[in-house]
Amino acid sequence: MSAEIRQMRTAAEQGLLDTFGAVKDKLPGGGKVAAARSAAFRRFEAQGLPHRRVEEWKYTDLRALMRDAKPLARPPEAGAKTRARGAGQVLADVDCRRIVFVDGTLVPELSELADLEAGLSIRSTARALAEGDPGVVERLGRTVQVDDNIAVALNTAFMGDGAVIHVASGVRIARPLHLVFVAGDAPSAAFTRSLVVVDKAACAMIVETHEGLPDSDYQVNTALELVVDDEAHVDHVKITTEGANALHVSTLMAAVGARARFNAFTFNAGGAVVRNQLFVQLNGEGTLAGIRGATLVKGREHVDTTLVADHAVGGCQNRPIFKSVLDGESRAVFQGKIIVRPRAQKTDAKMASHALLLSENAEADNKPELEIFADDVQCGHGATTGALDQELLFYLRARGIPAKEAEALLIQAFVGEAIEGIEHAGLREALIEATERWLSARA
Amino acid sequence: MPMLEVKNLHVEIEGKKILNGLDLAVNSGQVHAIMGPNGSGKSTLAYVLAGRKDYEVTEGEVLLEGENVLEMEPDERAAKGLFLAFQYPMEIPGVATMTFLRTALNAQRKARGEAELTTPQFMKRVREVAQRLHIDQEMLRRGVNVGFSGGEKKRNEILQMAMLEPRLCVMDETDSGLDIDALRVVADGVNALRAPDRAMIVITHYQRLLNYIVPDVVHVLSKGRVVKTGGKELALELEAHGYAEYRDAAA
Repeated sequence: MSAEIRQMRTAAEQGLLDTFGAVKDKLPGGGKVAAARSAAFRRFEAQGLPHRRVEEWKYTDLRALMRDAKPLARPPEAGAKTRARGAGQVLADVDCRRIVFVDGTLVPELSELADLEAGLSIRSTARALAEGDPGVVERLGRTVQVDDNIAVALNTAFMGDGAVIHVASGVRIARPLHLVFVAGDAPSAAFTRSLVVVDKAACAMIVETHEGLPDSDYQVNTALELVVDDEAHVDHVKITTEGANALHVSTLMAAVGARARFNAFTFNAGGAVVRNQLFVQLNGEGTLAGIRGATLVKGREHVDTTLVADHAVGGCQNRPIFKSVLDGESRAVFQGKIIVRPRAQKTDAKMASHALLLSENAEADNKPELEIFADDVQCGHGATTGALDQELLFYLRARGIPAKEAEALLIQAFVGEAIEGIEHAGLREALIEATERWLSARA
Repeated sequence: MPMLEVKNLHVEIEGKKILNGLDLAVNSGQVHAIMGPNGSGKSTLAYVLAGRKDYEVTEGEVLLEGENVLEMEPDERAAKGLFLAFQYPMEIPGVATMTFLRTALNAQRKARGEAELTTPQFMKRVREVAQRLHIDQEMLRRGVNVGFSGGEKKRNEILQMAMLEPRLCVMDETDSGLDIDALRVVADGVNALRAPDRAMIVITHYQRLLNYIVPDVVHVLSKGRVVKTGGKELALELEAHGYAEYRDAAA
């Protein structure tokens, strides 16, 4: 006789099971793609949603935070498309090539898919999967091995649309590519998967913005696989300003080659529950990585940033810096792990995560981790949590700056230290302004 | 009416009495020096005038041109024309001196109902003042006081004072940590601001600064009150004989 111990399924888990059963045959892609979806879903089925006893999810108990599973988003209707024209305003002053997704579906009429620079190609993930494009089918899920991550498994199981972008060897794309993700007003779940491949010595900037209506109840699970070949230069910026009820889970999986430059910036200023996962694999020597982020949380918002930077080989510089500003009863989590493999000698990695508490009821959790298997490296981390410096505030006020303005100036300076690292001046300005807007909404 | 009138001021910090019925009147156009031994309450007076929170005023009043300053927030006092040059100026990483100056100046102008300065107007003034104080333009683009030497920080205080054009300048040990050359530059900067419609209070331990900023009136502070008031010769007398005879005067 055998006794099988099973955890009770939550409403969200049961919902996901029901949804997968109902939609799996309609999702894009046959053969290998369908097999990958089923395999990924079985991992979810076996483990359920991650909860606080799973170390990586200790501070973001998805099992508890995800109350239900929304139905899969349907292709957008005309109204939602019209509203989406105004999306991505945060980059209004930056000349970008816009590629717009509404409820997870690429909307060609809102996107600039024609007149592409030579060496640049942009396609829809859903189409590539449906057509069985081997370049996409063979590649998806292989950028970074994160099979044990249930958020990624669910993304693989349900992935609908996304962008497949390729930049050919040596090509420099000056105009940033702006992936605009907008949620419509129906309660729904969108699963997007994108694949960006930047070939040798090519150069590109990818910006993602994620937003939705303030009172709409929706879920987003978005993933981007990014392949940065040797000597390439890629900047990735993700700006998340989701609606107040949104659950947003995102994963960046980046594999970076030798002598490359790779910058990633994660900016969060909205969403009920946000989890940003960044898995960065440094596979070639002599690469400079700048992985940074800023999180602004208020009310009862919960934003988690989880970084795993894996140095497979040596001679790379990597100085992650993450800042969080917390107001109300919000919670910001930063988990940063730097792995230095035995072959990764001469690694120079220093991680900083700093939280600024504006309220007594906010909570910041900082978990830096170093796993070092090489003996000739420079690695370290610094994590701080504190309130605004009263002495500094007095100094500013003694010069005639009113309290709220003085606070804003100090907060702006605190966040600015991370934003300054963004190389593109327009993006830097846009995020400084986004921070100002957040601060003035607070006052 | 004096520019500043302090009447019977009693101040405590965490239950400890620091000022004990201090009286002071400073007229427009005058420079007053306040001298006294360590712990006599000089810096407390400066902070109370500027509006620092940790101090509790238990009795007395402070009037700036007849208005009760003690009921005002620090920024309101600044907009009314009160300026404190800090003994230990703060470092503010991430806020460029230029931004800081401009924010402060425009906040004060706004509070007074005046128009904000345009960028060219502001830049022109900053350049003039900075040049006079031997402050490099590059320093103004850096975070406020970040990486500055002691002397540079003090010069930056005077730069702020010159830009904000206060009615009452309070300088708390502006001479501390300065070598003789830096002292001259700072004193020249202060002297350039002497004006008939402005009053100054110079707080110092030593007579040295007063060779360069010559006061009209010198007060000796001991145990939280003014125990002697005289002309500039009083400072020389203190330099020669020390504070010994005043230590018990307040008791």
